[in-house]
Amino acid sequence: MAAALAAGTTTSVALTNAHYAQIEKVDSAVHAFLYLDKEGALAQAEAVDAKRESGAELSPLAGVPLALKDLLTQKGIPTTCGSKMLEGWRPPYDSTVVSKLKAAGIVILGKTNMDEFAMGSSTENSAYGPTHNPWDLTRIPGGSGGGSAAALAAFEAPLAIGSDTGGSIRQPAAVTGTVGVKPTYGGVSRYGLIAFSSSLDQAGPCARTVLDAALLHEVIAGHDERDSTSINAPAPQVVKAAKRLDVKGMKIGVVKELQGEGFQSGVLSRFHEALDALVSAGAELVEVSCPTFDYALAAYYLIAPSECSSNLARFDSMRYGIRVGDNGERSAEEVMKLTRHEGFGPEVKRRIILGTYALSSGYYDAYYGSAQKVRTLLMRDFNAAFAKVDVLVSPTAPTTAFKIGEQVDDPLAMYLNDIATIPVNMAGIGGMSVPCGLAPEDGLPVGFQIMSPAMRDDLMYQVGGTLEAALLAKWGAPLLDKAPVLVAN
Amino acid sequence: MAGISRDDVAHLAKLARIEMSDAELDHLAKEMDVILGAVARVQEVAASDVPPTSHPIPVNNIVREDIVRPSLTPQEALSGAPAQSEGRFKVPQILGEE
Amino acid sequence: MSLNYDQAVAKYEPTLGLEVHVELNTKSKMFCSCSTEFGGAPNTQTCPVCLGMPGALPVVNARAIESSILIGLALNCSVAPFSRFARKNYFYPDMPKNFQTSQYDEPICVNGFLDVEIETDEGLKQFRVEIERVHMEEDTGKSLHVGGATGRIHGADYSLLDYNRAGIPLVEIVTKIVGGTGKYAPQVARAYVTELRDILRSLGVSDLKMEQGSMRCDVNLSLAPSGSGALGTRSETKNVNSLRSVERAVIGEVIRQANRLEAGERIVQETRHFLEESGQTRPGRSKEQAEDYRYFPEPDLVPVVPDSSWIEELRATLPEKPSTRRARLQAQWSVPDKEMASLVNAGLLDVVEETIALGAEPTRARSWWLGEISRLANEREVDPTSLISAAQVSEVITLIESGELTDKLARQVVEGVIAGEGTPSEVIAQRGLKVVSDDGALMLAIEAAIAAQPETAERIRGGNIPAAGALIGAVMKATGGQADAAKVRELLLKHLGQGA
Repeated sequence: MAAALAAGTTTSVALTNAHYAQIEKVDSAVHAFLYLDKEGALAQAEAVDAKRESGAELSPLAGVPLALKDLLTQKGIPTTCGSKMLEGWRPPYDSTVVSKLKAAGIVILGKTNMDEFAMGSSTENSAYGPTHNPWDLTRIPGGSGGGSAAALAAFEAPLAIGSDTGGSIRQPAAVTGTVGVKPTYGGVSRYGLIAFSSSLDQAGPCARTVLDAALLHEVIAGHDERDSTSINAPAPQVVKAAKRLDVKGMKIGVVKELQGEGFQSGVLSRFHEALDALVSAGAELVEVSCPTFDYALAAYYLIAPSECSSNLARFDSMRYGIRVGDNGERSAEEVMKLTRHEGFGPEVKRRIILGTYALSSGYYDAYYGSAQKVRTLLMRDFNAAFAKVDVLVSPTAPTTAFKIGEQVDDPLAMYLNDIATIPVNMAGIGGMSVPCGLAPEDGLPVGFQIMSPAMRDDLMYQVGGTLEAALLAKWGAPLLDKAPVLVAN
Repeated sequence: MAGISRDDVAHLAKLARIEMSDAELDHLAKEMDVILGAVARVQEVAASDVPPTSHPIPVNNIVREDIVRPSLTPQEALSGAPAQSEGRFKVPQILGEE
Repeated sequence: MSLNYDQAVAKYEPTLGLEVHVELNTKSKMFCSCSTEFGGAPNTQTCPVCLGMPGALPVVNARAIESSILIGLALNCSVAPFSRFARKNYFYPDMPKNFQTSQYDEPICVNGFLDVEIETDEGLKQFRVEIERVHMEEDTGKSLHVGGATGRIHGADYSLLDYNRAGIPLVEIVTKIVGGTGKYAPQVARAYVTELRDILRSLGVSDLKMEQGSMRCDVNLSLAPSGSGALGTRSETKNVNSLRSVERAVIGEVIRQANRLEAGERIVQETRHFLEESGQTRPGRSKEQAEDYRYFPEPDLVPVVPDSSWIEELRATLPEKPSTRRARLQAQWSVPDKEMASLVNAGLLDVVEETIALGAEPTRARSWWLGEISRLANEREVDPTSLISAAQVSEVITLIESGELTDKLARQVVEGVIAGEGTPSEVIAQRGLKVVSDDGALMLAIEAAIAAQPETAERIRGGNIPAAGALIGAVMKATGGQADAAKVRELLLKHLGQGA
């Protein structure tokens, strides 16, 4: 698309309108979007077209439309985080990611659906109804960023932004047959990314190809003085890496602990075929053991709820968001309690209570404190592994997309969906999911996860780009061509 | 092991300022038991000589100069307020104020 | 029968703890770049960060770290090689994030001390108050309550919040347990806060206006039976807004707790509120159980690791310690301990030093401020330095030294300046207060006096010098007290053949 824009064979306005047309056609079925900003998007599109006419220099992605996960603030545009708590809230400021997108001339079509406050693996925890997987509308699109991934898979947008705390970009990418990347922690500014678990959250690029993700990555990454945890270094050169299409001599570590029980057989078979493709391309496979991975899920479900119990305390109806029960007689405290009861869904409440417990006096050492030690051990495992190999790989998710409603009553089962993605966030390294085929038993997409060392995002793009090219050659056409054509209901 | 009672959850709900019905408290107590049972295993490997990690990327001393920059206008600051009066956020009475 | 203070401290041993919060005078807030200026219209100095908006993130103010370290160094603390911010979680509408970004088990400075001097029955005594920690945190917004506090009138009660103050840097200074003060606990507490204030003032890190809230003191107190060696349950008293209140709060709590203990009642660990008018305390918000703050390291901020050479640079900039300065001045002026203590306690040291620096003779400078000016100030129940300036006092003293004013005249000049009649020169001119020292004018008055009392003059001629007093008195009267009495005497005696 960028090429077409640059060549002048189409305009941004045309592209934008075309995407809105597609959205209108399919989104009543998919429900990827919570809000469409037609006015703002077209204004941006027109501005970019005008600039291009005048011959001014534009960024590579200028004029290309994008879907934004509703967890990032966009000034004056409703930002709900998939929650009733922020229904109708229009932030008075842009997140840094949005500022960068606007500066690059990217056209933000609207805000996408998500699990409430990024907590979930299916987008069923959204207060506004679930998103449906374009591959099979009765199935989940993954979570928490199901809306962004579904928008890509349904061709409602060519680019999207998501956020990833335990797999919320990568797992939806896997189950929708798209590409999703979690940059090294600190690589993309969190200013304006509404916090779920501050030491784990990262915003990242989502797209249908590795190169598109790389181009978007370079737009949004970089140091931000408003984010104390942001890496003080320029954006990594991932576009170059994505174009290398070469893994000769690279050592690829296959994580022993992420292949066994709990992994669907079709997922494993596609995973192994992808490994074969990489070997054919000249890489060497090494089996690596990361024993602490067995504890990663448990540690994550202590750290993330703890941080979120604190991050979500600000939602008390005093300064923004909904207010419930203020009849002039109740105290502030009573109104706070009623508002938080109404405004938060069950999963959010569950995690707040869990986090409050894990941090409470008498329990801190046993729970939160111990979980932070597991983090240290995980990082040691990764360091040891990366001393031997360039990247680590695993299937992104243990299964393909499950049915909507299937796991919603079983929190623990739901948490297991992130078993392969969580270690990456815990250690702060980079992780990417690339489509590697359809599972034979159900014809649903399978994702291949690549993990690269901190500050070496280029490595995962290098491997991801090569794999994608190899599989494309094998399939003859992109995977998404096989997705069912969506018809409006 | 855990053994979370409804009273325990009620106390946590109070700390977290979330109103909950008895039914919700009971339900959550059961869920907490299950979840805590699953996550408690972190204690198995959390040896005393392992230091905790709170930041994945070890960096220190990120600071900014003591310079004043423009604030939001009061209209922007109050734009999301459920209620306001005289340029201030209007909230239900705060009990027990000194 | 209820115990008074003396009775209370005869039976019980008080143990103190003091927590002082200081608002730093940085230009911008602790974690964002909003202005910290006092008195702005509500919510005009706020941003997503200090409003705790979703998605906002803190960035630490470098000057706040520097000020905190300076404070720690001035209090003889060790600066922590590794320090971290932590979240203190609790809900309150004036706290935008419903947690305060503070420090918990890794504060910026630890283990210091401050020596204070108090007057005891046995004379001046030194007392060392040990300091547990100095740490950084942020201030809250301000709430205004509208409607009656008691009872609930439908629709009438609500609160209004202004977040201009939210996020202003605060430094908290916490003492270790202060025991062994015996009955002098109130004085020790007051002396500590006074000395602390002086040190902070010399560092220039805060405007330290207790009445405005830029320096806040919480007093912790517990009692135990004398000689028991045990520690009682403590109460925490807030809203202590002046040095005098610190002293009174300690006294009030000692009396209250002692009387409860006498009656066999237990002391509840609680936060209490100091009442200016009565000097007593009342219970604050009742909490069924202590709040669980669930501290954990702040994930949005990275650790503070002060470079040791930077710390030494800062240490080199520390101004002279107030106690060192006092010792120096005392030696310089050759002032006895008691007088020095009086000067310090009256808060007059600075102004006296200034007066002397402007040229006034030191002994006169001290005695004027401690004597006449303090007397006039006490009459009016105000601070001496608010009545007249060092420059003005210096001017008056210089005129005395040069003989242009007598002490008596000078008193009238000072009175005139205080009354607002103008500068010393203006008052002298307007009231015509200059000493008459012109020999000619004086001789005229002398001759007139002699003419009026010829027998007295004869006696003086005859060698009766003391008789001169009556004639001098007459001359003084005739000149409205403006004659230089010594000069009159000299001229008179000479004139009558008795000059020496």
